[in-house]
Amino acid sequence: MANVRIQREDFDAGAETAALTRGRKDIGAVVTFTGLCRDEGGTLQALELEHYPGMAEVELTRLAGEAEARWPLQGVTIVHRFGKIAPGEQIVLVVTASAHRAAAFAAADFLMDYLKTKAPFWKKEHRPDGSSPGWVAATEADDSAARRWSR
Amino acid sequence: MKVLYFAWVRERVGKADEIIVPPDEVKTAGDFIHWLAGRGDEYAYAFENPKIIRVAMDQAHVKHDAPIAGAREIALFPPMTGG
Repeated sequence: MANVRIQREDFDAGAETAALTRGRKDIGAVVTFTGLCRDEGGTLQALELEHYPGMAEVELTRLAGEAEARWPLQGVTIVHRFGKIAPGEQIVLVVTASAHRAAAFAAADFLMDYLKTKAPFWKKEHRPDGSSPGWVAATEADDSAARRWSR
Repeated sequence: MKVLYFAWVRERVGKADEIIVPPDEVKTAGDFIHWLAGRGDEYAYAFENPKIIRVAMDQAHVKHDAPIAGAREIALFPPMTGG
């Protein structure tokens, strides 16, 4: 059963990984992915992440379940933050555990592609001068990455 | 039904949510977006390009041809940019 959380607070990737593997002897591979906020060459003061409360949890749980149906996983953790996030801070964590590395790598890759295109989150940019260039536009690159997994 | 707006759709409409009972001839999510666009300037602005608007019905993604009869909650938003 996946551990899925949506929160304003920061997370500790090491603690999340330890919680997933503690007391387990059947896990041979753990892949963790952490997404951070970039400063875009100094032009970004913060990202403001808006989400759809309720649906975000439902959708991430559904995506984790899909990963568990596709690969033999021993555990999945997804943590996604919302609110204002400054450059250098963490935005998202995906941890996948399996007996062998191929499944853990593939599931983490799949989860990130689907998270970017299916999870109800939106990013608004804020500049150092207090202005906002607006909302980050969805990219075709993310869409085509997600399409790799369709069957 | 409860209607929710997110990101720039919310900013353009000028509110996060409202209760709306659409007329009977509004059958699908696509019909609903088209009908909303006729409710005033702010709605016309939010839904000026209906094709890019994403729809969730009772917290599940649906296509524009999905019937809306029986939905308790409909959310309208731009393409997602999480991760």
